[in-house]
Amino acid sequence: KRVRDTRTKLAPAYHLILEGILILWIIRLLFSKTYKLQERSDLTLKEKEELIEEWQPEPLVPPVPKDHPALNYNIVSGPPTHIITVNGKECINFASFNFLGLLNNEKVKSAAQASLKKYGVGTCGPRGFYGTFDVHLELEERLAKFMRTEEAIIYSYGFATIASAIPAYSKRGDIVFVDEAACFAIQKGLQASRSNIKLFKHNDMADLERLLKEQETEDQKNPRKARVTRRFIVVEGLYMNTGDICPLPELIKLKYKYKVRIFLEESLSFGVLGEHGRGITEHFGINIDDIDLISANMENSLASIGGFCCGRSFIIDHQRLSGQGYCFSASLPPLLAAAAIEALNIMEDSPDIFQTLRAKCERIHKALQGISGLKVVGESFSPALHLQLEESCGSRENDVKLLKRVVDYCMNSGIALTQARYLEKEEKCLPPPRTRTGQICVELDCCFLIPLSHIIRISVLHCIVTSRFFH
Amino acid sequence: MTDLKYRLAPASEMSRYCFPNNAVSGDASRCVCLIDSSTVEEINHIVHNGGLYKRPFNEAFEETPMLVAVLTYVGYGVLTLFGYLRDFMRQWKIEKCQNATEREEQKDFVPLYQDFENFYNRNLYMRIRDSWNRPICSVPGAKVDMMERVSHDYNWTFTYTGRVIKDIINMGSYNYLGFAQKTGACQEAAAKVLSQYGAGVCSTRQEMGNLDKHEELEKLVARFLGVESAMAYGMGFATNSMNIPALVGKGCLILSDELNHASLVLGARLSGATIRIFKHNNMQSLEKLLKDAIVHGQPRTRRPWKKILILVEGIYSMEGSIVRLPEVIALKKKYKSYLYLDEAHSIGALGPSGRGVVEYFGLNPEDVDVMMGTFTKSFGAAGGYIGGKKELIDYLRTYSHSAAYATSMSPPVVEQIITSVKCIMGEDGTNIGRARVQQLAENTRYFRRRLKEMGFIIYGNEDSPVVPLMLYMPAKIGAFGREMLKRNIGVVVVGFPATPIIESRARFCLSAAHTKEMLDTAHERTWKSWNRYSLHPK
Repeated sequence: KRVRDTRTKLAPAYHLILEGILILWIIRLLFSKTYKLQERSDLTLKEKEELIEEWQPEPLVPPVPKDHPALNYNIVSGPPTHIITVNGKECINFASFNFLGLLNNEKVKSAAQASLKKYGVGTCGPRGFYGTFDVHLELEERLAKFMRTEEAIIYSYGFATIASAIPAYSKRGDIVFVDEAACFAIQKGLQASRSNIKLFKHNDMADLERLLKEQETEDQKNPRKARVTRRFIVVEGLYMNTGDICPLPELIKLKYKYKVRIFLEESLSFGVLGEHGRGITEHFGINIDDIDLISANMENSLASIGGFCCGRSFIIDHQRLSGQGYCFSASLPPLLAAAAIEALNIMEDSPDIFQTLRAKCERIHKALQGISGLKVVGESFSPALHLQLEESCGSRENDVKLLKRVVDYCMNSGIALTQARYLEKEEKCLPPPRTRTGQICVELDCCFLIPLSHIIRISVLHCIVTSRFFH
Repeated sequence: MTDLKYRLAPASEMSRYCFPNNAVSGDASRCVCLIDSSTVEEINHIVHNGGLYKRPFNEAFEETPMLVAVLTYVGYGVLTLFGYLRDFMRQWKIEKCQNATEREEQKDFVPLYQDFENFYNRNLYMRIRDSWNRPICSVPGAKVDMMERVSHDYNWTFTYTGRVIKDIINMGSYNYLGFAQKTGACQEAAAKVLSQYGAGVCSTRQEMGNLDKHEELEKLVARFLGVESAMAYGMGFATNSMNIPALVGKGCLILSDELNHASLVLGARLSGATIRIFKHNNMQSLEKLLKDAIVHGQPRTRRPWKKILILVEGIYSMEGSIVRLPEVIALKKKYKSYLYLDEAHSIGALGPSGRGVVEYFGLNPEDVDVMMGTFTKSFGAAGGYIGGKKELIDYLRTYSHSAAYATSMSPPVVEQIITSVKCIMGEDGTNIGRARVQQLAENTRYFRRRLKEMGFIIYGNEDSPVVPLMLYMPAKIGAFGREMLKRNIGVVVVGFPATPIIESRARFCLSAAHTKEMLDTAHERTWKSWNRYSLHPK
């Protein structure tokens, strides 16, 4: 007999059984239901309905106490110029940012009237969709020429200017070094950008350099990432919260040493600092191309509404497609743009107003020194000063109440001051309570009596305030 | 004419087709589809909330034909290839580089823009850049004058020839009720206030910027909307981005429509709340999200949400669709959430007396928790407002970012709004406001009907004054815009990224100031422009 052919040799029984079981198992797995982890809730429909019934949301807004200091606004009847009627009482206006006194200027008003007759009020569209008027183009050209940069871009709201400019360049993963005393608009811009924020102590260049050095050592650990991480420094020319200026020359040195770009916010210093009002770059004599982006609002010195950014075309042109407040919002009403152009004309034609403004600021600054219990916060040439309590009364609430009494007393004596308003829960570094005062404006068409009477009133105020509130 | 197939669409597709109506007859289960004006077919649907609607709701978003979709993708593919080719040539200096470049002193800094970020900008947008940012030099009314500009280097730079193209029919500006005028009661009142108060204010609302005019405006707006109280702000965009963070924060949930405007998205992001998106105007998607949110609570911690806020718009400006407000309000009440309604385009444009989408559906304004809107579109001014209960407005007066840090509205702009609102309400003693609202509704119906008869694909609701006309292919975007301008009609064309990539469109914005002749001219020239390049899809 032949030897049985090995090919037809049968596998052992246990092999077959094992494979059979495996096949059955695979078939079972294929046909069984798949479980999604999210829906692995053990709740029945009835339980879900009960949960929905039981859930109680918080009220949409918590109630606000009737005597909250920020709830009851002062009502200004009539134009908010040098003499202002607040709550029915006539006062000298030390609370509006009308630095160059252009709010009531007849030339500005007539330029705005002419524009109103030609274009109506609104623009009915964003810049991309038939909302670009020749007035906007003219204003952008004039601003660029005035600031001696290549290009400028206009926004229809001052707050939105820097808050849209920062997120257009700085994205997730980029690094921004910002001063602690930066204003709220900058904080919102930084929040919208989702970048890494590094705060340095106010005007402290040593602290900033320390942070930059730390970043440098980080970079050396990961050079690939460092090559694509953009870095920015955001500072203000004249800080709203402290009234002092940033040390721009040192910042420029740091910029080139550590390869960081500078964004400068000049809302308070535009039209105030510098021989011709060009801001802090003129004040320090710095080449404007060294600053990557200058942003300012037109609501202070130019006495209009809106804001602008200026710089090289390489930088500014990007905002025309990525600046949210530019692309997705209606453009500036032409009458306000025409008012800004006329204000710019006045600034260019009479550069001596800046000297006058500075002189008045220094006088008021000097006159306000020495009120016991209150200290003056701000540079001597800053048109926006703060009066802060030297010693706190214990809690912020009590400080605020005391300052309110001071402000009310001044208003009754014919001087309009205001408490500096902050959103306590929202600010990153909340400034202490203070009144904002000494917002000096230059009055060109009024005679000298008014500035002098400012000083007299201040001296009277000085005596009375000292005796009444601070023993 | 394409052969649009009528079929029983399953419930999940309801939002793409037609709408529940006829609660008048008490019949909650019929749905009327008005796609072709000459034939009206009824499709029976079991519609969940049909009984909530007191009037027909006809909205259609026709599906993109397959051939067109394929050709569109091919078109973008070709453009992308050419883009790479041009970039390559620019890099190797074969072609001159027209971009602005970095300073010499800063060449070793980290580059400010990544190359691929600007790929679209350099290679696609730049080719048709002349369709946007067209400068005008007259009031943006029904007809507008445009400054002529030419480019000798394929749109990298423009020069103005100095000539003015006159009397272009303006179908691009948001001038729904025709208040963009340089003469008339509104303009005179604004001029008076300008000479009295000046142009600027130079202070914030909480400090010294609250004029008596602002208080007057707010009371008037509250009366107009039918709410307890209102507050006005200087910029519509900022109204959303600064007030949503004041209302919700961490631990809250925001349910936002897919196609919400950038300002709503920014406001939601800045608030720090969790954001979940529901499909555009799709109530099933919204209900599912609400159920899941309440049942499962916050992710990971499972704590209950503090509050839920639903963000919707009245009219969506890119789609022309109207929000399903009765259903949204029913859902909101059932699940105890809050509703934020952004009426930027619908205030003044919808409703028998122009009071917006709430009046259009015959609902109670008190059901909407936060009624937001803008003054830019129907009132010919600038700015935004929020209306609601007194507690809400008191809270916003105290805690809104805009009240504390942003300059208040300019007085002549405020006066323009006051006069136009009074005109719409009829309180100026004339019938102009009412007549304009009716004229707009008539213009809308007429224009949409004629365009559909001609065979164009139009998106959106029958009653929406925003009319998107589908173009689909990238080359048509530039071609259509230019042809229409040659024929003296100004339209807005939009493409990616404002719309999905295959759904580029041209958008007509109707106005009460348009006469029937202007609309007929527009129809005729649209037809001619379309035919010029044999763009006819049918």
